[in-house]
Amino acid sequence: MVNLEMSNDVTVTFPRIQERIPTVVVDDAHVVYRVHKGAAGNTSPVAAFKRMVTRTNAPNVRVVHAVRGVTFTAYRGEAIGLIGTNGSGKSTLLRAIAGLLPVEQGAVYTQGQPSLLGVNAALLNDLPGERNVTLGCLAMGMSPAEVRRKLPEIIEFSGINQRGDFASLPMRTYSSGMSARLRFSIAAAKQHDVLLIDEALATGDKAFRKRSEQRVRELRESAGTVFLVSHQLSSVRDTCERTIWLESGEIRMDGPTPEVLAAYEAFTNGK
Amino acid sequence: MANLLADPDSGLTPAQLAARHGLRVAGERPSIGRYSGQLWRYRHFISAYAHAKLTASFSNARLGQLWQVLTPLTNAAVYYLIFGLVLEQNRGMDNFIAYLTTGLFIFNFTQVSVQQGTQAISGNLGLIRALHFPRACLPLAITATQFQQLLGSIVVLLAIVVATGEPITLMWLMLVPAVLLQTVFNAGLTMVVARLGAKATDLKQVMPFVLRAWMYGSGVLYSVNLFAENLPGWATAVVQFNPMLVYIELARISLLENTHLLNDSLPLTWLIALGWAAVAGLGGYFYFWRGEQEYGRG
Repeated sequence: MVNLEMSNDVTVTFPRIQERIPTVVVDDAHVVYRVHKGAAGNTSPVAAFKRMVTRTNAPNVRVVHAVRGVTFTAYRGEAIGLIGTNGSGKSTLLRAIAGLLPVEQGAVYTQGQPSLLGVNAALLNDLPGERNVTLGCLAMGMSPAEVRRKLPEIIEFSGINQRGDFASLPMRTYSSGMSARLRFSIAAAKQHDVLLIDEALATGDKAFRKRSEQRVRELRESAGTVFLVSHQLSSVRDTCERTIWLESGEIRMDGPTPEVLAAYEAFTNGK
Repeated sequence: MANLLADPDSGLTPAQLAARHGLRVAGERPSIGRYSGQLWRYRHFISAYAHAKLTASFSNARLGQLWQVLTPLTNAAVYYLIFGLVLEQNRGMDNFIAYLTTGLFIFNFTQVSVQQGTQAISGNLGLIRALHFPRACLPLAITATQFQQLLGSIVVLLAIVVATGEPITLMWLMLVPAVLLQTVFNAGLTMVVARLGAKATDLKQVMPFVLRAWMYGSGVLYSVNLFAENLPGWATAVVQFNPMLVYIELARISLLENTHLLNDSLPLTWLIALGWAAVAGLGGYFYFWRGEQEYGRG
């Protein structure tokens, strides 16, 4: 084994390893949710008290096994699409890669700190858009001078000022598309080692989608890895050359985008 | 399953491949030294976030920032009405209005910090799940916001103290270290309740009662001498170690002329104040850091 590895290193694969640097290694990862069902089941005060005394778990906690043994390696410079039907564990997998959900079993290794960019990630709704840009950039670790330099650029990119001066209005006055665009623009302003995008591209209008796809390509070229979760197969096709198809928390297929998309389309149409 | 090859060409398992390229386990907690370094780099975020929260909290009110001063004033007026005029707690006291407002404003600083601290994590899940930053920024920002509020209250307080006939003395300067020690104490306590509140969401319902009991035990609304007069000896001994009582007494003794400490010893009171700040500050920080990788999950 050792000999084989040595010879591999020295002769055949050495230049190849040099050029393919892994940024995310997912090793047999299992993610389990414990969901509080809330008002369902026996929720009378007496029953709750009895549970407290007898120290049994509430019956309304249910265990959901969302990701079941996923293994893959992502390399620098790759853009990977994650597809699958609703509830197949795509978003959960992204959150595990971002380090926001613990894995029950297995491990996730990452280069640097991956940034998750999702449509349901809220900023401070009572504050104006430009204030949120400042806060978001500072929260990503930029210096105040860098933030001041990038602020106009980010507002410009998000296009929220196309219909008047929205940047100085509180974010609660924004449409859902506008705030999603602003969030994407903030996250995309920084150089990430690993950027995880959850459905964010699907919300903008066509012009914005074009711009953001262009930006994803730029991010990728500057030596990052991009993961894109989307139901919009066209945006996966345009931005990713590799696609992973998840079904019921397991990898159904992992390969070049055209092949995987063809199989996926056949699968969903056949249903 | 574990010995599956990650990269068929290199013949390495995923774990070996990760180790070879210096990849780290996702969501790993940094050492406390590195964490403190990160926190220092995020100081601009903390102050920007504190300032943003302060502006946002009044953004829907027509009088805006004026409430920063109006809220403590109204509060003081209500308590004066009940405890001063109706219950006549001011018997035998030289300057009850100044005594009451000092206690109220100082206690309010800790009270609001703790109340909001329970929500520091659970109320910011969106931010936490979207962006990576040391989570201690959030409780620290709350403390910073409340500190700014306190500065506004202190201006009002000084006006009340002078208006009720207290002389301006050098003793006033003692207010500065007293408030700074209290701020450290608050920061620690806010971090503790932030971690507790992240897991136990019922804490938000319980906290008002805990805080009210604490307020009654801190001699905010009546003379602290009542403790010595009415409680058995051991209970008075316990009460004089109550951090809030200590911070309030320090503020009172620096601003008002005729006040007595419960334990009659100023150095001892300062020692207790310092001790609480150190214990809560360091302990709270350590406790919060221990939970760093759990925040925002679930």
